[in-house]
Amino acid sequence: MVGGGVLLRGFGWRHAGRRAWALRGVDLRVEAGERVLLLGPSGAGKSTLLSALAGLLPDDSGEQEGTVEIDGLDPRKARERVGIVFQDPQSQLVMARSGDDVAFGLENRGVPTEEIWPRVDEALRRVGFPYPRDRSTAALSGGEQQRLALAGALALRPGLLLLDEPTANLDPDGAALVRGAVAGALDADTTLILVEHRVAEALPLVDRVVVLEPGGGVRADGTPDAVFAAHGAALAAEGVWVPGHPIAPRRATATPGDVLLTADRLGLPSRLGPTDLAVRAGEALAVRGPNGAGKSTLALLLGGLLKPGTGRVTASVELAGADHRTPPHRWRAPALARRIGSVFQDPEHQFVTGTVFDELALGPRRTGQPEATVRETTTELLDRLRLTRLAAANPYTLSGGEARRLSVATALATAPRLLICDEPTFGQDRRTWRELVDLFADLRDAGHGVVTVTHDLDFVAAVADRTVTLERG
Amino acid sequence: MISIEPVAVPGAPLARRNPVAKVAAALVFSFTLLATLDPVAPAIAIAVELAVLPLFGVRYRVLARRALPLLLSATGILVTLVLFAADQSGRVLLDVGPVLVSTGVLRTALGLVLRIFAVALPGVIVFATTDPTDLADALIQNAKAPARFAIGALAAFRLVPLLGQEWQMISMARRARGVDAGRNPVAKLRLFTSTAFALLVGAIRRGTRLAVAMDARGFDGDTPRTVARRQRFGLADALLIAGSAALAGAALTTSVLLGTFRPLIG
Repeated sequence: MVGGGVLLRGFGWRHAGRRAWALRGVDLRVEAGERVLLLGPSGAGKSTLLSALAGLLPDDSGEQEGTVEIDGLDPRKARERVGIVFQDPQSQLVMARSGDDVAFGLENRGVPTEEIWPRVDEALRRVGFPYPRDRSTAALSGGEQQRLALAGALALRPGLLLLDEPTANLDPDGAALVRGAVAGALDADTTLILVEHRVAEALPLVDRVVVLEPGGGVRADGTPDAVFAAHGAALAAEGVWVPGHPIAPRRATATPGDVLLTADRLGLPSRLGPTDLAVRAGEALAVRGPNGAGKSTLALLLGGLLKPGTGRVTASVELAGADHRTPPHRWRAPALARRIGSVFQDPEHQFVTGTVFDELALGPRRTGQPEATVRETTTELLDRLRLTRLAAANPYTLSGGEARRLSVATALATAPRLLICDEPTFGQDRRTWRELVDLFADLRDAGHGVVTVTHDLDFVAAVADRTVTLERG
Repeated sequence: MISIEPVAVPGAPLARRNPVAKVAAALVFSFTLLATLDPVAPAIAIAVELAVLPLFGVRYRVLARRALPLLLSATGILVTLVLFAADQSGRVLLDVGPVLVSTGVLRTALGLVLRIFAVALPGVIVFATTDPTDLADALIQNAKAPARFAIGALAAFRLVPLLGQEWQMISMARRARGVDAGRNPVAKLRLFTSTAFALLVGAIRRGTRLAVAMDARGFDGDTPRTVARRQRFGLADALLIAGSAALAGAALTTSVLLGTFRPLIG
């Protein structure tokens, strides 16, 4: 299908039940075939704009201002012209077999049966899908799943393709796979609007950058060079990963202290091979390695959350006092939380209570601190991680960056000597990223041990004193 | 782990039948057998079920594993009935202290256990030999089920195995936060409830995102859907249902002729 031109005039949208407009006063024209990177600080309404263009904002789900048109049509009536790929691979694949998943959209659009499979094969070929059609979708890596989702959108031959942070949940290899697929699969006349805060990686795909202003309207619009020359510094400060604005590393100010935790031939069959390592106080240790090498498993084992299959984890007297003869996985939970804090990859797994304040107070309360101390610790952490105005909010309603800051803060609330984090910087904007670097560096310099399992080489370069690399298998 | 994958040897003559035909055949067979309380008809039915198993391409060992929960509940029923039934008619077989076992209660209990197996096994066999996608396709194409329901259920079904992993993650995350129950049963129950709630919240959020992604690919459109995978309902499928009805009928007839038939009603 040709076309895919977009025209917004004074467009605004307010979700039902919200006081603030998600998006307001947006005037924008995108011609058919243009490639646009849509930027803006967290909360500027980028995802809302994509949902509006995809016709996924039903009339009764909020209030609209101004107009939005695709090839002169209301987006809700132009759905056949638009394809969209979202962030989370798990929740956009529908079928059990890869080919069936691509066919799903074609069936919905009433494409005759004899045309379906040739179009499925063509879409899979265009995104470079390396497996046969009957490959189980559950057996694919995150990057492969996103490529399949892209094939599902492209099979419908959209004039306008919308990509909403399609690589935010992926490791660098997976993200590269998806970007390669986008670059190779688009027809010359397909319009592309991409939301992505890793700007440097996205730039080869686009020829125009549009920056949304959080208060409303469009702040900047033009070629990447022109936009970043005029607004680069401001955007970087607001959290956009603008190229050419490096973040200064935070080197350790003192030599590492005593050993806190030791792993001897530590492993879990089929998930992690025997691994030796020691974590010291005042040291930031990075654990790297390819997907499937067992990095997350190692974090759980070190955190006393999984029982080792082979070998053992030993805590030092420094970390565990009289308890040092018992392995961490057999400690009672409150004792564990006082000594080792764990931050999970998905922050939402960690939330237990109904408000941000209670969430932070939970750990200190469980470890038996008096209410006055609890209040003091909590207030201080709220302030330090810029969460004070959200104290009464439900943790599940937070943005990605806020949820990440809260999950780190909850682990710190019990003042553990050792902090273990699994991919803390995944999908984070530059501002949160920088705050995490500072926070971890401060903890290290105050004599805590920090272990970070990560794919993020920039993060390793910025804060890690030592790196351990796991091998696959 | 919840196992949802079919286990049949591909190409087995009955496993290849239309999924709707298989489900219908299983339902016909099971419902016919519900009509009697005697042990003879179910015993014949079980013999029939085990005899046709190779035609479905399912190994006996695999069936035993799939039917394990059934086996456990049957054992439970057998023990409970034998030990605690009030009706202790017939000859006394065992009388040790408070335990009294008579032939009457043994016959009732055996009949019940046989019925459970006879009625449940067809369902176990059908689901062990049917791919969920094929079943959804056949429900839409041959049984005229609404696509919105069948495909929606299929998509939700695909997320089920994730729940096990999620449960483990949530439990570990709670321990990391200093939350555990120790040996206190009340605390254990509360922890279980709150973990289940967190799991539910996560499942609903994921389900909502999936629904949006499905609609973005036209699932909620007005265009009549076409089908990528044709499911055919042929003579062999009709014969499967008819054969199932005939065999169940034969089991009942034998029971009547032998004089053991005890109707459920009347």
